[in-house]
Amino acid sequence: MLKIGPYEFSSRLLLGTGKYPSLDVQKEAVEASGAEILTFAVRRMNIFSPEQPNFLEQLDLSKYKLLPNTAGAKTAEEAVRIARLAKASGLCDMIKVEVIGCDKTLLPDPVETLKAAEMLLEEGFIVLPYTSDDVVLARRLQELGCHAVMPGASPIGSGQGIINPLNLSFIIEQATVPVIVDAGIGGPADAVLAMELGADGVLLNTAVSGAADPVKMAKAMKLAIEAGRLGYEAGRIPKKRYASASSPMEGMSVV
Amino acid sequence: MTLIVNGETITVPDEVKTVSDLLSHFRLDNKLAIVEVNVRIIQKHEYGITTLANGDRVEIVHFVGGG
Repeated sequence: MLKIGPYEFSSRLLLGTGKYPSLDVQKEAVEASGAEILTFAVRRMNIFSPEQPNFLEQLDLSKYKLLPNTAGAKTAEEAVRIARLAKASGLCDMIKVEVIGCDKTLLPDPVETLKAAEMLLEEGFIVLPYTSDDVVLARRLQELGCHAVMPGASPIGSGQGIINPLNLSFIIEQATVPVIVDAGIGGPADAVLAMELGADGVLLNTAVSGAADPVKMAKAMKLAIEAGRLGYEAGRIPKKRYASASSPMEGMSVV
Repeated sequence: MTLIVNGETITVPDEVKTVSDLLSHFRLDNKLAIVEVNVRIIQKHEYGITTLANGDRVEIVHFVGGG
């Protein structure tokens, strides 16, 4: 079970809801992923077209926990404002703190992220900050009381996979709260690797929504995360320099 | 009355007096909307009692797809 604050989840896949080719494909992909946590962004409503369909309104909210993000924020204050708006919906108390410090790389601003996390924890939010793969920063967020830390695997939407498994493993080793690898996952192999490293979960969006067949990819990610987790729990063999035969050495006289 | 709604200057009819009226005016009553007036979040139970004044800055936001 994945435990985040007071909540427990049997799925370790957190799915983003952006950029799907259609609402129907999105619904099917969400279903196929088995995800129980879905991320959303907070944006201005188009007040002149109230009939516009909205994915959230078509969702059975008893089956999912919402994890709104603070995307768009560049300062702690902006992130807090977005988080408060999200909470005022009455639908959620978890928040993905996302304070971007660089438009080109979309890497998080560590100072503002830390400040925002502190303010939101004081207000009683369940706080999951998106952070870089810096072990010291992850520890500082954890010490503040964050309910999980979410280091990026590589830049958001880049599909580059885990570019620094060493740093991720440092974060995982010292973590006392769940570590959710967020951003940069490209294919199932990346998700398996994250889970084999000992991550508690994976948050991804574009890897599914941008795939040629998002529904199939959602299923693939579900299986990858389950396989990676099982492998981690099973304990893989150490790597050796030379071969060691799998077949017995006894009774070789027949050849 | 003139309001600034989601950054746009909009003139609403005189019968729009509260946040509830404004949402009805835009046919957003049944939408999952979150409302801020002059940077103060208005809780749902306050919609009917929160009156609007000329020049108020109103934000009407909702959840959209995002990662």
